[in-house]
Amino acid sequence: MKKFSNTLTALLVSLLLPIGVLLITVKVASLRGQPHKVNAQLSSEHITSVDHSQFEILQQDFESPHNVTEACLSCHTGRDEEIMSTAHWKWERETEIDGKGKVSIGKKNLINNFCTGANGNNGSCMRCHIGLGWKDKSFDFSDNRNIDCLVCHDQTDTYFKQKGQAGMPATSATANSSYQVPDYPYVAQNVGLPKKNNCGICHFYGGGGNNVKHGDLEEALLSCTQHVDVHMSYDGPDMACIDCHKTERHNIKGKLYSVSSMNVNRIDCEQCHSSTPHNDAVIDEHYIKVACQSCHIPVYAKANATKLYWDWSSAGMLDETEEPYSENDADGNHNYLSIKGNFVWDTDVKPEYYWFNGTADHFLTSDTITEVPVQINKLFGEYLDSTSKIWPVKVHRGKQMYDTEYNTLINMKLWSAQKGEGAFWKDFDWDESARLGMEYNERPYSGSYDFISTEAYWPINHMVSPKHETLRCTECHSDDSRLENLTDFYLPGRDKSKAIDYAGIGLMYLALAGIIAHLAGRLIAYFKNK
Amino acid sequence: MEKVKIYSRFERFWHWTQMMLIITLGLTGFEIHGSYHLFGFEESVRLHSASGWAFLVLTIFALFWMIVTGQSRQFVPVRNNVKSQVMYYISGIFRNEPHPVPKTPESKLNPLQRIVYFGLIILVFPVQLITGFLYLYFHYPDNPFALEGLETIAVLHTLGAFLLVVFVMIHLYLITTGHTIGSNLKAMITGYEELEQTEN
Repeated sequence: MKKFSNTLTALLVSLLLPIGVLLITVKVASLRGQPHKVNAQLSSEHITSVDHSQFEILQQDFESPHNVTEACLSCHTGRDEEIMSTAHWKWERETEIDGKGKVSIGKKNLINNFCTGANGNNGSCMRCHIGLGWKDKSFDFSDNRNIDCLVCHDQTDTYFKQKGQAGMPATSATANSSYQVPDYPYVAQNVGLPKKNNCGICHFYGGGGNNVKHGDLEEALLSCTQHVDVHMSYDGPDMACIDCHKTERHNIKGKLYSVSSMNVNRIDCEQCHSSTPHNDAVIDEHYIKVACQSCHIPVYAKANATKLYWDWSSAGMLDETEEPYSENDADGNHNYLSIKGNFVWDTDVKPEYYWFNGTADHFLTSDTITEVPVQINKLFGEYLDSTSKIWPVKVHRGKQMYDTEYNTLINMKLWSAQKGEGAFWKDFDWDESARLGMEYNERPYSGSYDFISTEAYWPINHMVSPKHETLRCTECHSDDSRLENLTDFYLPGRDKSKAIDYAGIGLMYLALAGIIAHLAGRLIAYFKNK
Repeated sequence: MEKVKIYSRFERFWHWTQMMLIITLGLTGFEIHGSYHLFGFEESVRLHSASGWAFLVLTIFALFWMIVTGQSRQFVPVRNNVKSQVMYYISGIFRNEPHPVPKTPESKLNPLQRIVYFGLIILVFPVQLITGFLYLYFHYPDNPFALEGLETIAVLHTLGAFLLVVFVMIHLYLITTGHTIGSNLKAMITGYEELEQTEN
């Protein structure tokens, strides 16, 4: 009986209870919180308070878009002042840049990594200005009649700014088969909150085509599956831009760091999701150092390719008839255009990752080149900065003109309506294009130029993937880490002390060798004594 | 020879639970370290944390038990016979000589065991527990006391882990050097071991 009870005790304390503890541990390790549900208020639920078609003032035969604006402002008083204080109107804003102090920068005066700069190429670039006809320096920014209300508020999808007209819709003088004079009463009577394509007409096609610039903002978002974007998908919540880019009195939340610098008025996933959305401590605490986007946007340019590289230096080659030509890559994207040079495009691009604290540098027109590649808009941040997070970034690399004497980047004159005005796209004369571009921008040009590598940074925010496509741990926590370039901190699974690993493994082999030698000695002794 | 109770129920429970937790911690820890793929990184992280907590609780119980029962004295190193124990392992054992220090319920551990276990209890376990919990809860630079990154903690924790692996290897081998090959193992399971009677 005693023996039985001893066996039972042994079984219990030496096997069952330890296994019990292990099972409880495994059970605890398997506990997961359910992610929090989100209840968002969408703009599509907004019910308009008036029927614009009832207003007599909108039933007139408008002569020009300016008259429509006047009509709008006759009821919506004060809105002109709101819009005219925004960067959408001014294309610049007061900014404080770390190390450079207060500057006023924006699309108006910044050099970019695509067509080098808007200023001086107004006919083409200013098509995306929310004004009417910013064709040169004479444009009157104080005239509220120059505001284009319709381009953002049109609900009929029939109002367009005409190509090459500096933001003007077609007039009876310029109308052609592609652009007709808008039916102003019809458009004006059907206005509402901006839809995706109101924003997209500029923000999707910037840089001369769909998805050229952002990589995560393109026309596929107008009608996409959850794989492309969980928020904007038609089989999901079908959100519009302004559902996240909340707007108060024409001040639209959100920052684009190719033109912004300051950590203000930004959008945060926390607007709808909390700061602990996973309801799971291990994953939630990543949020201290990792932006939501880093895990939830594993790739961008999911539907259509985005431009990753632009080499201006090869531009200007003409075919045997002295005409510009183009070549396509295997996917049908241009990889050469006489007017622009060589490109590299790609889809399903893995982002690069950078520390980012919401502030960015900008290469100003007054700056001289101190490093290569030239940093067009370096993102600030580092591990030890408590406000920095790891952010997925599209890096757009390029090669563009610079002044070899003054060591500055060059504003090129690219666009003109016809040949003979010195625009590169018509006359293919580098020197003339640089001279005219710099002159318009009131900057010195020495006459000697070459090409230099440049890099521009586009933090990725859109094209959030469904939950099951989220990055797995080992995408970062492994030897083959996506974060291989972020070396200013210790990342478990990626980093190790080689010395300790060698010493530890060496010690293990030593112990094993000792054990084997000792065991052999015992066996020999055992058989000898037998 | 007489059958003597040498390990109490709690000691055996403690030992075997500790074994399971150390194996789990080792397997999961080295997966997190990047040495191999086994459970999957996320599973390993969760298992490692949970096992770490279990290990902490078990250690607290064990410390409490050792102090209350006075068994802690078993782990205090002694100066006598260290040399003869070393000599036993490097020569006596091959000549079938008896163990130099008889095992008794009052002194279960030989002088070398005392040194090594004392080292584990006073150094390796605390270092692993402290670095482990710092790893879990103070790994970001903006925590109340900033530990600029994980590196020092992680390296110490890895070092401790390698020492434990080596300990386990040698420990497993030395189990077979008891009175008979299986006697040590049997004692840790049943609590009883056949011991030479010593005159008190």
